[in-house]
Amino acid sequence: MNDILQGMARAARLVVTLDADLVEITALSLQVSLGAAVIASAIGLPLGAWLAINRFPARRVVIAVLNALMGLPPVVVGLIVYVLFSRSGPLGALGLLFTPTVMVIAQVIIITPIVASVSHQAIRELWADYHDLLISLKANRLQRIVTLLWDGRRALMTASLAGFGRGVGEVGAIMIVGGNIDHATRVLTTAIALETGKGAFDMALALGFVLIGLAISVNLALHFLSRTERGSRW
Amino acid sequence: MVSGMIVLEGVELRRGGRVIVGPVSLTLGAEGITMVMGPNGAGKTTLLRALHGLERLSSGQIRWAGNGNALRERQAFVFQTPVLMRRSALDSIAYPLRLRGVKRAEARERAAACAEQVGLRVNLKKEVSDLSGGEKQKMAMARALILEPALLFLDEPSANLDGRSTREIEEILNRIRAGGTRIVMSTHDIGQARRLADDVVFLHDGKLAEQGPSAAFFDAPQSSQAQAYLKGDIVL
Ligand SMILES: Nc1ncnc2c1ncn2[C@@H]1O[C@H](COP(=O)(O)OP(=O)(O)OP(=O)(O)O)[C@@H](O)[C@H]1O
Ligand SMILES: [Mg+2]
Repeated sequence: MNDILQGMARAARLVVTLDADLVEITALSLQVSLGAAVIASAIGLPLGAWLAINRFPARRVVIAVLNALMGLPPVVVGLIVYVLFSRSGPLGALGLLFTPTVMVIAQVIIITPIVASVSHQAIRELWADYHDLLISLKANRLQRIVTLLWDGRRALMTASLAGFGRGVGEVGAIMIVGGNIDHATRVLTTAIALETGKGAFDMALALGFVLIGLAISVNLALHFLSRTERGSRW
Repeated sequence: MVSGMIVLEGVELRRGGRVIVGPVSLTLGAEGITMVMGPNGAGKTTLLRALHGLERLSSGQIRWAGNGNALRERQAFVFQTPVLMRRSALDSIAYPLRLRGVKRAEARERAAACAEQVGLRVNLKKEVSDLSGGEKQKMAMARALILEPALLFLDEPSANLDGRSTREIEEILNRIRAGGTRIVMSTHDIGQARRLADDVVFLHDGKLAEQGPSAAFFDAPQSSQAQAYLKGDIVL
């Protein structure tokens, strides 16, 4: 209990004084996970919508694979990306290992299946509701997709947020491919792991509270952004 | 009745190995209100949807003869259960116009006028999911009317409406019928059918039991199923 109180006091102090290290670590966390969420959304949202609307033979297989990929342990993703980008690996020449770029790549791999799967589910429900109306009104293929994406935008935003949440809280992959290098690739989760390992529980807790605060404020910001359009509905 | 018609030839729909409608052969004239009647599960919805092109025919065909083709191009359908878009009532009603490329401001203006016309007098900024059952039905009605269809299908349009709203809807239907819109609808309200119908198609168990002008149908139904249905008996 005392640890938690100390951690909270320390976190408050770090935040209020805009501690330089904390700001840097937080900024990189945001940059990596938001970047990964944006890229994963650009791939996953249209993929999910496309899977919901189109019928093709391998559809079930693709969805099953997607669902399986959702459960991929980040450590395994990190390991594979590490092997690919390590000096002797096929992409080693790019020299990306232990950079924020490769951290984003690893997180995109982890997040995309979640974004695609959640958006697929949401669009499929909407499509079932709208199907008869859109056919009756002779909406063309593009109009159908635009209508579904627009009317489903809250659910799609939730899909992106779920992806961001998974990314920002993930430590396994980012630790392996980023290396947790001070002033280079250290993010909130890896810093927490480090501080905990050192036995510096108060600092670890402080970082933990910042991480939670970060996740909450990003969610709130998006929530209020999306509400402007829709009046008072939840 | 003018020629130029919708002709059904041996139309049959099978689902899950079972015949749910047909074989039905009948001809619909180019004018007036056709009332599709029959007990629950008789195949009214399925027949209307098939006419509208929403259901795949298992066999037979639907021909659009003469000026039936003009009807075919401009159809609208009011579903038995209103399709609720995740939008305000106003934007839901404006949606068909938006699909046809009408600018948002104009589409909304026309949607508001159309809502007024069907007697939907609520705050149109409300989400459709927040409307009452009857208001939803009026919303769906306005959404179907906004493109001024030449052929209008309505599947039990006043099932959730109170007496006054039902009369309002019937007035609208009579008005647009007078304006030349062809109407094919279903109802369980025998009074409504008597008030509106020019002719009646009576289905029983997916089969066409009887078809004829309204007056003849209600005064002297020929089939035993229609006789029993009109008497309020259970049709066996
Ligand atoms: N997709 C489907 N698959 C299997 N059976 C179906 C399908 N659609 C309808 N049916 C069956 O076909 C029959 C006719 O259904 P339909 O909805 O046309 O009846 P209806 O006359 O409109 O009834 P109601 O008055 O209750 O609206 C019913 O027995 C129904 O269960
Ligand atoms: Mg029905």
